[in-house]
Amino acid sequence: MKSAVIVFPGSNREGDMVRALKLAGSDAQKVWHAETELPKGTDLVVLPGGFSYGDYLRCGAIAGRATVMDAVRAHAARGGLVLGVCNGFQILCEAGLLPGILMRNANLKFICHRQFLKVERNDTAFTKNYAKGQAIDVCVAHGEGNYTADAETLKRLEGDGLVAFRYSDAHGNVTADANRNGSMNSIAGIYSDKLNVLGMMPHPENLIEDLVGGTDGRGLFESLVSSFGKAA
Amino acid sequence: MIRNDVAITPELVKEHGLKPDEYERFVKLIGREPTITELGIVSAMWNEHCSYKSSRIHLRGLPTKAPWVIQGPGENAGVIDIGDGLACIFKMESHNHPSFIEPYQGAATGVGGILRDVFTMGARPIAALNFLRFGEPDHPKTPHLVSGVVAGIGGYGNSFGVPTVGGSVGFDKRYNGNILVNAMAVGLARTDEIWYAKATGVGNPIVYLGSKTGRDGIHGATMASAEFDDASEEKRPTVQVGDPFAEKLLLEACLELMKSGAVIAIQDMGAAGLTSSAVEMGAKGNLGVELDLDKVPCREEGMTAYEMMLSESQERMLMVLKPGMEKEAEAIFHKWGLDFAVIGKTTDTLRFVIKHEGEVKADLPIKELGDEAPLYDRPWVESPKRPVITPESVKAPMSEAEALLKLVGSPDQCSKRWVWEQYDHLILGNTVQTPGGDAAIVRVEDGPKGLALTTDVTPRYCEADPFEGGKQAVAEAWRNITAVGGLPLAITDNLNFASPERPESMGQFVGCLKGIGEACKVLDFPVVSGNVSLYNETNGQGILPTPAIGGVGVLDDVTVNASVAFKAEGQAIILIGATAGWLGQSIYLRDVCGREEGAPPPVDLVTEKRNGDFIRQLIRSGQVKTVHDCSDGGIALSLAEMAMAGGIGAEITAVPENMPLHAFLFGEDQARYVIAADEDAAADILYAAGAQGIPAVTLGVTGGDSLILPGKQAISVKQLKSAHEAWLPEYMTGKS
Repeated sequence: MKSAVIVFPGSNREGDMVRALKLAGSDAQKVWHAETELPKGTDLVVLPGGFSYGDYLRCGAIAGRATVMDAVRAHAARGGLVLGVCNGFQILCEAGLLPGILMRNANLKFICHRQFLKVERNDTAFTKNYAKGQAIDVCVAHGEGNYTADAETLKRLEGDGLVAFRYSDAHGNVTADANRNGSMNSIAGIYSDKLNVLGMMPHPENLIEDLVGGTDGRGLFESLVSSFGKAA
Repeated sequence: MIRNDVAITPELVKEHGLKPDEYERFVKLIGREPTITELGIVSAMWNEHCSYKSSRIHLRGLPTKAPWVIQGPGENAGVIDIGDGLACIFKMESHNHPSFIEPYQGAATGVGGILRDVFTMGARPIAALNFLRFGEPDHPKTPHLVSGVVAGIGGYGNSFGVPTVGGSVGFDKRYNGNILVNAMAVGLARTDEIWYAKATGVGNPIVYLGSKTGRDGIHGATMASAEFDDASEEKRPTVQVGDPFAEKLLLEACLELMKSGAVIAIQDMGAAGLTSSAVEMGAKGNLGVELDLDKVPCREEGMTAYEMMLSESQERMLMVLKPGMEKEAEAIFHKWGLDFAVIGKTTDTLRFVIKHEGEVKADLPIKELGDEAPLYDRPWVESPKRPVITPESVKAPMSEAEALLKLVGSPDQCSKRWVWEQYDHLILGNTVQTPGGDAAIVRVEDGPKGLALTTDVTPRYCEADPFEGGKQAVAEAWRNITAVGGLPLAITDNLNFASPERPESMGQFVGCLKGIGEACKVLDFPVVSGNVSLYNETNGQGILPTPAIGGVGVLDDVTVNASVAFKAEGQAIILIGATAGWLGQSIYLRDVCGREEGAPPPVDLVTEKRNGDFIRQLIRSGQVKTVHDCSDGGIALSLAEMAMAGGIGAEITAVPENMPLHAFLFGEDQARYVIAADEDAAADILYAAGAQGIPAVTLGVTGGDSLILPGKQAISVKQLKSAHEAWLPEYMTGKS
């Protein structure tokens, strides 16, 4: 698998993402935001976490309009895979690739902590190595992760099975206590209609080694690599 | 001859924080009346913050050398060799006064400044820590300050992309009018790619990099060198505003530029901005510096030479470039969207010449600005010795279980989760031990090495006995690193004290420094960088003497480490180190008995080293995975924290024969660790300790869901946890 990790001014988890992709067996290349094309043969585009352009405007608003995003939109339109994590999720919403928006956390503070997620479905390219309903232990680190959408969008997401992950307890129960940022329907991540674009606030890329907290995040990268095969 | 368009009156001199005799000294040095720009420059160079005029002669006594020290104090940060061709570059610095006036920006720019100190030397920051002290919880300003400072530290570090992995938070009425915000940054570089401030070569271009210059922070360093009074909030305009996004770009651009080979010398613009950075580069390199301020990128219109020289706008750097490399350097900075301007050159005149709008605004001898700064041997008096409080003389006002429950939920001992959850402590994917333990551990790149990091000091000990308190601060940092399996290598010190012009507080400074020096020497734990923050007082009320110590140690194999959490049921709990039941200046005496009295526990450094080396050996040989040092709250608090972290209880059966139970459980004798190990290993450990003459005693056994103190006093782990976690969030939402 060939991955392109887009770097915006202010991205800061691009290195973590490259490490996770490589560990799972993908080739991973950083791509500067001013590029007009993706590297040839790109299977997966990743928008990593960070504070693109300082997040001084609405999070992701400037990056969502960066030069490289036209190429990312074209890749997605062809059915290519796109993963946006944290700031990357915010950028995908701003770029029109996913519906809804990420508002300030319910407590109005940045929060960084370990977090269980319930895997809603395991028949996508991103989650096939997980079990349906499995609770995975990852982490969050964000100030604006409060997923918000209008009632119609929410209904469509739920009806079409486009919710990827929900905040849960260790047993996969979706509880109010587990939903610390206040997201609607406890939504932690969503798919596009064709299931080829995934945006999520939590960081699977930081939970890939036993030494550093655990390995529950690896399943996502291994799912992707198993679709394309390991890099030569 | 320089034209003098502003008359220099005694009032103007006073406003610049210069004493009349200091001004006289300056006039004599330059042989004429200074211009207003020159007055500004000298006030920036000769204030306490930049000149260390009250502290220099005492700092000289600190041990700063060891075979692994690459760079000691005097540069932007200290540098140590951690093996495999890698260097760890680190420093801690205060931003106390700005944070009191404008907590968010004050704390944020404190973090920004210290990160810049580290990457100026070529290191990529891999961890941040902090040391915070606030006023008493009941003081009306305290919640606002806590909230702003924590958000500011997080706001800067999170965006910049460095994990904030450790720190210390405490409350005391003595910080009501003067909080402490000390930030520490730790970076990593190759030993052959370290950059210094020393300029070389005549006629080389001096380049300005980073954000534009505005009017923020003018006289920040002078403010940091003055006492506070009720009008201090009027100083808000002198607090700088931070831009972590610009800093992140500056980091990437600087590291890229360093790789290109274009850099001769580099210095960040911190306190006293352009003045201090330019003087430092020239003076260190025995060169003159000539600057043309018309070339300085400005954010505001009509800025004067005076304002530009004293601005403390953030995220700026000064570099001396190799001639002919300007174009290449400029391209790198423009790629990152940052300003780049050649604003001057090095000269062979040893003068510091400032030109603006076709006029010379300042022409000063560059070396003397630093070397001839006033140096004071301020009068000081030794702090009076406090009486030793015997264990028997302290009556227990409540049961040990009640006292423990009270302490785990007290402001100083409660969980600081509310704080560190606002810091991204997981970014970079190398945080092996997160906040809440004895020391944080971060993996170095892909391993196998790791760094153990901590910040610590016990201010109430320092006040009761500066010498012992100074020793204890270093010993505790050393112990924290040891307790996770690290070999302590070096420290950075952030010396926060009250006015040096009062002999009592100067005496505290002198005493603490002697203690720090003594401990560094015996523990082989030199000082490689640091910061002195004096005049921490408001309306004549000084803070507790608070020499915060930031310690760094190395783990050769980061996978072999220990943490505080109980990991299995049925393990033997062993106490290493001798217990005399020392309650003087203890948390128990203060928070349970309501008495702030007595001499603090003495620190026997030879014992400290022996016991610590023994513990580290146990961890490194794989015999022990569970270790917690004993500090505030003694054995009892250590046990409670171990039980809470692991979610496993314990039954403590050891009963002291020669002292009251509460003195045994809560005494704060030094050089002690609580460990847990399987029964077989425990027998070996007790035997090995005995053979080396190290006191070791079995306290009890892990298991169950309660911590049971002697006399069948049980507290459920759940109850401990809920008390421990409750206080801070409730306080911050106004519920407690």
